[in-house]
Amino acid sequence: MARYDRAITVFSPDGHLFQVEYALEAVRKGNAAVGVRGTDIVVLGVEKKSTAKLQDSRSVRKIVNLDDHIALACAGLKADARVLINRARIECQSHRLTVEDPVTVEYITRYIAGLQQKYTQSGGVRPFGLSTLIVGFDPYSGVPSLYQTDPSGTFSAWKANATGRNSNSIREFLEKNYKETSGRETIKLAIRALLEVVESGGKNIEVAVMTKENGLRQLDEAEIDAIAAEIEAEKEAAEAAKKAPPKET
Amino acid sequence: MKLDTSGLESVAPVWGAPGELVDGFAAAPSFELPNPADFDGFQKEAIQMVKPAKGTTTLAFIFKEGVMVAADSRASMGGYISSQSVKKIIEINPYMLGTMAGGAADCQFWHRNLGIKCRLHELANKRRISVTGASKLLANILYSYRGMGLSIGTMIAGWDETGPGLYYVDSEGGRLKGMRFSVGSGSPYAYGVLDNGYRYDMSIEEAAELARRAIYHATFRDGASGGVASVYYVGPNGWKKLSGDDVGELYYKYYPVIPSTVEQEMVEVEWEVEVEQEMVEGAGA
Repeated sequence: MARYDRAITVFSPDGHLFQVEYALEAVRKGNAAVGVRGTDIVVLGVEKKSTAKLQDSRSVRKIVNLDDHIALACAGLKADARVLINRARIECQSHRLTVEDPVTVEYITRYIAGLQQKYTQSGGVRPFGLSTLIVGFDPYSGVPSLYQTDPSGTFSAWKANATGRNSNSIREFLEKNYKETSGRETIKLAIRALLEVVESGGKNIEVAVMTKENGLRQLDEAEIDAIAAEIEAEKEAAEAAKKAPPKET
Repeated sequence: MKLDTSGLESVAPVWGAPGELVDGFAAAPSFELPNPADFDGFQKEAIQMVKPAKGTTTLAFIFKEGVMVAADSRASMGGYISSQSVKKIIEINPYMLGTMAGGAADCQFWHRNLGIKCRLHELANKRRISVTGASKLLANILYSYRGMGLSIGTMIAGWDETGPGLYYVDSEGGRLKGMRFSVGSGSPYAYGVLDNGYRYDMSIEEAAELARRAIYHATFRDGASGGVASVYYVGPNGWKKLSGDDVGELYYKYYPVIPSTVEQEMVEVEWEVEVEQEMVEGAGA
């Protein structure tokens, strides 16, 4: 009988962990996800590939709650995501049970990243094939945070980030256009970033916002369409202003 | 017996079937048990045998300025006083104290273990652990050793972001939040004085004097309590030892010897020899 204790993730002669890098490839093939942190709000947006006609779209939620004050979006293998999310949810409750306090965003990110790392250094298992974007509010200080983890198990905090397909272009856009925003402006920034690589329309993107008071709220199609229209109008106005020759006498 | 080193692990253990839904909790330590006919009775007997009476008096209460913690310092083995100078207030970290009642070794070890866990929490989360969290950690550990003969009746007192905190935790796995607690064989006496004199808005000196008196009275009536009454104060800047008075000296401080005035003084008198001569005269008539 084969023994399942030999590691799959081993070093290459030049110091690479190929399994982890292949996992990152899987992430790059997953759908685009973007996260933006505002001063009083955090926004997650995910590209929704066209759902089959007979599929019940409500069962394919890509942005999920880990606890009342923490949400997660990911890019990569969705089945792996389900397992990781379940473990994270249990850890959130376990933390509440053992220290009678909700987790901080940093704590649960560290836990998820730790879990991802463990699977790169264990026998008989392969790494998780997903990168996550974790948003939430610190239960003590009320400060909003955005963190990203990847299959290697590293994590860091971001003001805005993207993962999945075309994440480089989205990140470039965010670097050029990011500024401290709040409320609706933050939502617009996130949608603008996502629309760089996704066909416009509420049908193709899923957006959720989290505020300290109201927790996670999924935006419905009409709302997203409205904001997308606003963005279109602003873009056209900017183009027109550029094209119109400066009036000089 | 396997020691609980779960505080030193960085992530919850993931060995076994990955995806198993109940692996957030460390397995309870275990060892082989004998197999008598009446196991329940045997268990009760075993617990009674190892259960030392908690011969001590400790108390703690929350008041306006913070938490006051006090204890005696006598250790007894049955009727033998083994020490009059035991430190029953354990310094878990600069802003948290634990009291000792029950098995001295158990209390000392598990309080130090709790100190380790608190420090690890601080390092991992870049913030101090709350009194709630610390007491819960200890209570969960003690619960997992329930029925194995640990004897601990402790109070965790501290000051955290939410203000003063006081919890009672015992080896049965119980954990209570409260404003006033007293633990040990002398606790009924201490409660009498403490409950009578307690007011929320006392000053630090008044509260310290109340705590000292309560311990003193308990040591006066309870044979298993005595030695030195230590009083500690926990405030926003951490704990501070306020006093440590020998209870024998406290007795004379509270009930000083007053020299009293005497109404009738007894004086020594010389008996005269007249009695013999009277008798001789009577005989001659």
